[in-house]
Amino acid sequence: MLEINNLHVKLEEEDKQILKGVTLTVPAGEVHAIMGPNGSGKSTLSYVLSGRDGYEVTEGSATLEGEDLLDLETEERAAAGLFLAFQYPVEIPGVGNMTFMRTAVNAQRKARGQEELSATDFLKEIRAKAKDLKIDAEMLKRPVNVGFSGGEKKRNEILQMAMLEPKMCILDETDSGLDVDAMKLVSDGVNALRDDNRAFLVITHYQRLLDHIVPDVVHIMANGRIIKSGGPELALEVEKNGYADLKQETA
Amino acid sequence: MSALKQRKMDALDARLAGLTAPEGGVWITEARAAARKRLEAMGLPGPRDEYWRFTRPDTLNAVEAPVAAVLDHGDETPVFGEVDRLKIVFVDGVFVAEESDDLTLEGVEVERLAVAASADIHWAKDIYGEIEALGQTPVDRPHAALNTAFATDGVLIRVNGKPSKPISIIYRHESETSDAYLHHVVKLEEGAELTLLENGPAAARFNKVVEVDIADRARFHHVRAQGRDHERRAVTGLFVRQGAESLFKSFTLTANGRLTRNEAYIEMQGDNASAHIAGAALGHGDFHHDDTVFIKHDAENCESRQVFKKVLQKGATGAFQGKILVERGAQKTDGYQKSQSLLLDDDAVFLAKPELEIYADDVACSHGSTSGAIDEDMMFYLRARGIDKETAMDLLVLAFVAEAMLEIEDEGYAEEITGRLEAWLHRRRQG
Ligand SMILES: Nc1ncnc2c1ncn2[C@@H]1O[C@H](COP(=O)(O)OP(=O)(O)OP(=O)(O)O)[C@@H](O)[C@H]1O
Ligand SMILES: [Mg+2]
Repeated sequence: MLEINNLHVKLEEEDKQILKGVTLTVPAGEVHAIMGPNGSGKSTLSYVLSGRDGYEVTEGSATLEGEDLLDLETEERAAAGLFLAFQYPVEIPGVGNMTFMRTAVNAQRKARGQEELSATDFLKEIRAKAKDLKIDAEMLKRPVNVGFSGGEKKRNEILQMAMLEPKMCILDETDSGLDVDAMKLVSDGVNALRDDNRAFLVITHYQRLLDHIVPDVVHIMANGRIIKSGGPELALEVEKNGYADLKQETA
Repeated sequence: MSALKQRKMDALDARLAGLTAPEGGVWITEARAAARKRLEAMGLPGPRDEYWRFTRPDTLNAVEAPVAAVLDHGDETPVFGEVDRLKIVFVDGVFVAEESDDLTLEGVEVERLAVAASADIHWAKDIYGEIEALGQTPVDRPHAALNTAFATDGVLIRVNGKPSKPISIIYRHESETSDAYLHHVVKLEEGAELTLLENGPAAARFNKVVEVDIADRARFHHVRAQGRDHERRAVTGLFVRQGAESLFKSFTLTANGRLTRNEAYIEMQGDNASAHIAGAALGHGDFHHDDTVFIKHDAENCESRQVFKKVLQKGATGAFQGKILVERGAQKTDGYQKSQSLLLDDDAVFLAKPELEIYADDVACSHGSTSGAIDEDMMFYLRARGIDKETAMDLLVLAFVAEAMLEIEDEGYAEEITGRLEAWLHRRRQG
């Protein structure tokens, strides 16, 4: 599904290399996790894959189902099936959450040559999905993420994911800021979407999330590289010993 | 006389030479004479006048109206087209009876100034030119005095009840050289309510004054869309006097226009009154838009709110001058003022002069003026959800003006205005 090969990324504005040769493959149907110290480049990877301005790819490639991602506009990547649940969801005063979601759903449908959802069908669908995530109707009416608590913002990200039904979902620290019950809700939301034609890349600091969303592979990122990959047990190892030993191993 | 003052007087003399004093009955003749006297003491605005620092008055002063091409609106239906209303139509400042409704509406007396002017006595006497004159202190507003002295038509509205529908004044611009003056008067008796709608570009050059007298507990709503003829120029004055517990709410949409100067003077004379004035202006190219607002709190426990938003690009200029004056004794005043611009490129200018002048000690006033570009994080977030750049931009522009739109109380009118905005954004994209 997602293939990243030897990806090197620097900041556009300054001479600072952030990703230094990331290679990673997430096959369809699998869930991969990325863990790694603060500042190692996890979010940067997710931004570069989504096409955020400010980064320059100096080497390497990234493809989604064989299609060159780096060549596409941000919205084209989304239409191609890429979704990023933001580490810090953006507040947009003045834009209603409903308007936002309907515009997004219909923009993607249009880009894929599908018919737009009618207002009633859209409403029906979003209400059902919001209910699963315990997002109340009042929150849907508010401006995008404005005045949402940290946990509400994260649930709102998962609601968007559920509505857009992407193929490749990147979750950047979606678990941080969630209470125990919300973590369960979000995990259930993710697990419900797991299927053979969809893949997940879950960025997290905590093994806890991986109890709920059990990954096929865990990658450790440090200093702009994947330094180790393994099974779910790798997450337990990190939880117990931190990153020092791992960094030592690969130094 | 200083050289600067001399220039202002010369400009006035030149302008007056091209105008004939209109005839009329006693009441209007007196009002016009008083206005002319005010005007002759002021002269026309000069480029060095503090109040005209952001906007050049020369084309508004000029003897002849600068030529303004008439825009072909194609099959576009004008705003408020779906609203059940009492229509009054002016083309290039001239009343068009065939296109206007019968001027009868329960709870309201509606009369044309041109008709009322021939009477010797009229209820409008206590308002016409009177509220305008109040607004001449502390700053001169010569174009308004000029209007009072020379306008021959307009609409006089006296409201006793709560009419079932709004009064809608529709302006059209058909002549490239039209130079129109209209003067409207609205009087709301105690507890009365009225919505006044205005839309359309009125003339190549338009000088308009609206005086609104709101008695105790009366409520006045005003929604206007100034039309999207790009070449037109307009100077408008909204003069308001409010009684106790009264409400004044005004919203203006301006999309395009070579020059628009919208002045407002609101005097709150009765306790517990509320005045909200808001505007959204969008333009590109040689668009120049100026909101100049003066709110005088002269009673206790009144609330005022100014919310002005401008979306500018490709050389457009937006200006805002807003003042809240809180007189001695106007305790518990709550004054809010916000003026913001969204600059869609580097080639746009926003000039702002927010002012507070407070002589009471127990008041809460705030003002803020900002100027910014589209927020890149918001843009990325929207695009990451599959929304294309242009649609995302439109959403963010609409979001930016949303706070001003909230000042339109009626959802139906708010939707009409949103529709105009969306159409404007759409057209802008077509180039
Ligand atoms: N636009 C930017 N300007 C300056 N530095 C940047 C920028 N983007 C990323 N960086 C730097 O790149 C490094 C990687 O940041 P990134 O956010 O990708 O880390 P992360 O692995 O997601 O960390 P965390 O676990 O704390 O979320 C950091 O040192 C960060 O300061
Ligand atoms: Mg991060």
